[in-house]
Formats: sequence, C-alpha cells, structure tokens
Amino acid sequence: MTSAPLVPNLFAVCEVLVLAIVWVVDQILYALAGLIPPLTGLAQWFDPVARARLGMGPLGSELLIVVVTWLIAVTVIVIWATLVNLLTMMWVERKFYSRLQDRYGIMISIWSLPFWPFNRAHRPTHRGTGYLQNIADGVKLLQKENITPRNADSAMFHISPVLIASSTLMIFAALPWSSGFYVANLELGILFIFAAFSLAPLGILIAGWSANNKYTLVGGLRAAAMLMAYEIPMILSVIALVFFTGSLNPLTIVKQQERTLFSLGPLAIPAWYVFSPQILGFIVFSVSMMAEMERIPFDIPEAEAELVEGWTTEYSGMRFGLVFGFKWLRMIAGAALIAILYLGGWSGPVFVTLSVGGVPVPIVPEEAWFLLKIYLISIVFIWISWSVPRVRIDQILNIGWKKLIPYSLGAIIIAAAAIASGLWAVG
Amino acid sequence: MTEFWINMGPQHPMTHGLWNMKVQVDGETVTDAKPEIGYLHRGYEKIMEVREFQKNVVLTDRLCYVSSITWSHAYCLAVEKMMGIETPERGQWIRVVALELQRIASHLMWLAAYGPDLGLLTGLLWALRERELFLDLIQLMSGARMNQNYPRVGGVRNDLPENFEAMCRRSIEHFLEKVDNEYQRVFQESKVFHMRTEGVGKISAADAIDWGVTGPNLRACGVNVDLRRLDPYEVYEEIDFEPQVWHDGGAGDSYARFVCRFNELRESCQIILQALEKMPKTGPYRVKAPRRAEGEGYAKTEDSRGEALFYVIGDGDDRPYRVKIRSPVFCTMAATPIMLRGNKLADSVAILGSVDVCVGEMDK
Repeated sequence: MTSAPLVPNLFAVCEVLVLAIVWVVDQILYALAGLIPPLTGLAQWFDPVARARLGMGPLGSELLIVVVTWLIAVTVIVIWATLVNLLTMMWVERKFYSRLQDRYGIMISIWSLPFWPFNRAHRPTHRGTGYLQNIADGVKLLQKENITPRNADSAMFHISPVLIASSTLMIFAALPWSSGFYVANLELGILFIFAAFSLAPLGILIAGWSANNKYTLVGGLRAAAMLMAYEIPMILSVIALVFFTGSLNPLTIVKQQERTLFSLGPLAIPAWYVFSPQILGFIVFSVSMMAEMERIPFDIPEAEAELVEGWTTEYSGMRFGLVFGFKWLRMIAGAALIAILYLGGWSGPVFVTLSVGGVPVPIVPEEAWFLLKIYLISIVFIWISWSVPRVRIDQILNIGWKKLIPYSLGAIIIAAAAIASGLWAVG
Repeated sequence: MTEFWINMGPQHPMTHGLWNMKVQVDGETVTDAKPEIGYLHRGYEKIMEVREFQKNVVLTDRLCYVSSITWSHAYCLAVEKMMGIETPERGQWIRVVALELQRIASHLMWLAAYGPDLGLLTGLLWALRERELFLDLIQLMSGARMNQNYPRVGGVRNDLPENFEAMCRRSIEHFLEKVDNEYQRVFQESKVFHMRTEGVGKISAADAIDWGVTGPNLRACGVNVDLRRLDPYEVYEEIDFEPQVWHDGGAGDSYARFVCRFNELRESCQIILQALEKMPKTGPYRVKAPRRAEGEGYAKTEDSRGEALFYVIGDGDDRPYRVKIRSPVFCTMAATPIMLRGNKLADSVAILGSVDVCVGEMDK
C-alpha cells in the first residue's frame, strides 16, 4: 500500500502561499517605489531575483517569513479543526441522534438565509439539511450578554474557558491528519497530546469552584474525582501499546500499521494494532476515551438531570459556547487518537494517484481515510451515548479503579509477554 | 467535607412541575431531604364550593393535566353517590375504556420524564411518540387532547365514535409491539439502567403504608393493593386482570417501581381490549343528574399515581358545600425523604422520577 497525502507538507504548502502573497505585495511596493524612491530597498529585500543579484540568502530562510509561515500553518489547522470538522461533527451528532429519536432534527440550511436568491418558492425555510444551524447558534451565543455571577471569582471564572479552549486546540498542534498534514512532528507527540488532553479537567475544576454555585462546585469536584479513574487506565493502555511500537511518534505508529498482517483469501488484513494482542488495551482505551470526552454514560460532571448544567451552569454567551462546543473538538481528537493508535490512522486499502505533470495527486487521499475513520468512530460513540442512561459517580469510579485499571495492567502483561516470546516484533 | 443543602427546584430540570426538593448532601451522599410544596396551590377545594356540580368537572380535569379523566371520574363518582344515581351500563364501560386510555397516556408521560432523569433523552422522545397514539384515541373519544372534560355526573359526555373499537385495537397492537421491543430494550434490558435503579430509593412496605404511599409505588413494595380489585368501582369486577405487584426480592426500590408501572402499561391494554369486547354495543351512556342534592358522597378510585379520594357534601344547593380531595402524590411526597436518605445525589433524580410526581394534584 503506497500512501499519498493531499497535503504533502503543511509547512511547504503554507510557504508557497506566503511567497505568493509576498510577490503580490512586492509588485505593489515596486509600483509605490516609483513614487517614493526609498521604498526600492524594501521592495528588493522581498524580491527573490534581486536578492540573488545582491548576494542575500533565499527569502524563505528569513526569520520574518518563517514566523509568518508558521502562523499561517497554525491558522490553517485551527480553521480546519474548528470551522470545518467541529461544525461537521456537531451536525453529524445532532442529525444522527435526532434520527435515532424518530425526529427530523436541525433543519436550518442555506435555504433559510433571507438573502438566498435561488429556488426560494419551492424550498420552505426550515426544510434544509441543517448544516447552518450550528453557525446560527454560534451567532446567537455571540450576541448574548456575558453574565458573571456577583460572588464569583471573576478572574478564575473567565480564565477557565480560555484554559479549556486553548488546551483543546493545543492537541491539534501535535495531532497529524495525514503523513503530511500536521503542524509539528514531535518525537513524543502522543505524550504531548495526552498532556494537553488532561489540562481541561483542571479548567473544569477551576470553573466549578470559581462560579460560587453549588451545582458547579459539585460538577467540578466530580470532574476531578473522575479524572483519576479514567486517565490512569488510558495512559496504562498506551504504555501497553508502546511495547509494540517502541515509539510515541504518531507518524511512526501509523507507518508501522501500514503493512499487511496476513491474507484471508482476497482479503488483506492490515497490521492495525486492534488486530494484535492489543485488543484488550483498545477496549480499555475506548471506554476511557468516552469518559475523557464527557459523553453520556460518563458525562457526570455536567449531569443535567441533577446539576442543572453541571459546571457550565453559570456560563453564558459565547463563553458557554466555547466550553460546550469544544467538547466536540475533544471528541474529534479522541476519535483521531483511537484511529492513529489502534485503527491504522490514515492507512487505507486504496490510494489511487494520478500523475499531474510529474506530481502524484491522490484521488482518495490519506486525509479522506482518516476523516472516514474519525467520523465512523464518533458515530459509534454518539450511538452508544444516546442509547444508555448516565452512570453514577461512584459507579464510574468503580468501573475505572476496579475494572479498567486491572484490564489495562493485564494488557501490559500481554504485550510484554508477546514481545518477550517473540510473537510480535517491536516496530 | 461539610454538609450543605442543595435546592433541587423550584427552577431545576429535575422537578417535573413547580416544587422544591431541598437535599442535604455530604459530598455526594444525601443525608437528609425536605420537600417543599405549595408553589402550585390554587385552592381547589374552595373554588369548587362556588361552582355547580356539573361545572366542577372542568376544574377536576386540571388537577393533574396528564391524568385528567381519572380525576374527573373520581369526582363524578363521588357526586353520583351523593345524588344516588347510577351510570348506565354502557356509560360505565366507556368510562373504563377512557380511564385505562388515560392511565396509559399518564404512565407514558412518566416514562418519558423518567428517561431524561437518568440521562436517556431517547426514552423521552420514544415514549412521547407512542403517547400520541393514546392522545389521538382520547381526542377521538372526547374531542380534546388535554383537559378532556369527558366524564360527567351521571355518565360520560358522548358516546364512542364510529370505528373506535377498530382504531383502539390497531393502536394497542402497535403499542404493545413497541413496548415489547423498543422500550423493553432501551430500559429494562439495559445494564446501565439496572445499575442506576436497582437497590436505590428503597422504602419498606411498613414505612410505605405508614406514610400513606399508594398505587404503583406501594405495589412495588410487594403489597397487593389495587382499588380496582379490592373495592371495584364501575365494572372493574367483570374484567379479568392482574394488579401488577412486585414479588421478587429488593422490593420498594426504583427498579420495582419502574417494573410495576411498566407492566401496568401492558395490563391496561388488556383491560381496554376486554372492555371493548364485553361492553354492550348500544344503550344509554348517561343519565340526567339532578341539579341540587343533599347528602354526602365518597369515592375512592385507583388513579394513575395511587388512590384518589373525593369526599363531597351537598346541602341542598346546586353546588357542593364542601369538597375534600385526597391526592396520592401528596402522601407519597411525604415519604420521599425516607427513600432519598443514604443514596447518592445523582440518584435523588432517579428516585423522584420513579415515584411519578404530578404537582397539580399534589398542591391542589
């Protein structure tokens, strides 16, 4: 299986973009230099041809260009994660559970826009696919007043959504979307992602305490109590996986899974870690990830039945929107982690590439396989969470300490035994 | 951690209606509870003294808006006893059908509310979906979805419409299929549901009787009390049915209460089917009631939530001299602290959901 990402190298793509913008700016500068002669030097500094003539290094190596390129790369990832995938995931969830409950669900779409000129007569305003509903909700939340309770610890109260949102976005700094589409390729990428993941419960605890409300306090304390119960088995099951991978780099881990394990007739079973002795770790990891995402069987910090809205009770306006909406971002990150660690990441059966002027252009790129896996995993999670009641705080502690931790320790023993006996080779 | 009180209500997603459950918690454990009611008190017993007998049916409809017919029927029965009149046989059979349809609709509303109490929103929408079937039947029969004003002193408002029997059978057939498959799976066969309901909110049969708990909540304690059997009114003695009593161990917990109500859905369907078969096909459904009456009337019926009791005194005028209402939820609410103590905060919702609170009749 040969792989081909749509974005071969995010930094290189962004650099091309920056240099193109710089070229346009440079032409304007040259035009202005005709009027204001001192600008000629600046224009020449930006001009690759002039730089070569004057004996300066290539433009791409200048610190300014590098910094701007990095900023653009980060922006691309943030927009890709939030404006594309977050909105789509929210739409998928809301539409999916609505259908599960025998109802239409959200229906605001482009047909509902008052200025949409086409085909209005045949399209009632609320008969769309509903994709724009989340944008409408976001606009509504932006317009709402931001209320701070009188007795709240104002600084902490306002820091907490920032902490949660920024730590969630930090995950995407190290999370690759394909073998080329990533911001940073860290040797300890998985460790970094987990560190960023577990910052949010701290924000929840701060939010619960600072709002000075009994419901939020109980919700925050629950988040803190729960943290131990699911973080430990999750990390332990990853340790079991590291016995096999010998690396914490997501790119390396996916690369290891791209080969074929064995063939069942015409069916080639890939060497995904879920088809290895890691299956126990996979189960523990998925269950813990469900708690990490605060999805319904384990969403006790914001159990809306008894705690109104849990730790988010006192937030209003876009602050509520941030802490509420970023749950889906964490769901995407969690599903992506499961896909990377156990389900082969972006490796897929078909990579059709076309050669366009010597450059291979993928028809089904790696990103498509990765997104497919992320959304399928998420839909399974959504399906589970809308079919079961919520468990109790003591029950999740029981599940975490008495079931998941022993199972994950068992996964470590199995992994160690498999490596020691030579059943499975490292890497 | 020190103990503190948490107000569960009056504005709280847990409260199905306007009331307040003050809960004292030590960490997550409930150490004490105190129901605060009266937010919805409308002075029913007093208002009814200034309205004519027949017009009071409109009021009693609104005692509990999810179980209107059963409450109006209890009032009509008490006034009929006071006046000394009796409903014609077909009227009685129609009343039984209406009562059981209303009981199913009421229990489905409870089931719908119980789902979100446990975090299962799908249960809400599924139960409300099937409740529409029964609201449609009630609308067909009485002309209204809510506050039907259907029972009258001396009978019922109108005869059954054409084809009612066939439609009833069709709806019930569809409903029983949903109960046996979807509801059974999403509630009773769900492991998490068992985890959340079994062994929580326990109350012993002795305590329940002492505090005046009745209806499905008492039957869940293993006490075989069903006024339709023990003190049959209308034509219930001609109907073959089994009161749903919890016989296994662990009586009196949320799960037992759930199972009793859940099985009553099926049992009520069987009662309706029997009643449709046995009822006389023609005949009067209502007798003329006198305008004025003197004496005392007393009726107790098996409401959806327990024993509903009406005590009416007439002094020869065209309106009651005094009315006394005994609401089952009022008594059950007094027993809830016993169920709550020692459980977790999260379970307080699961427990109060399982006793099926209706604030309208509780506050009267």
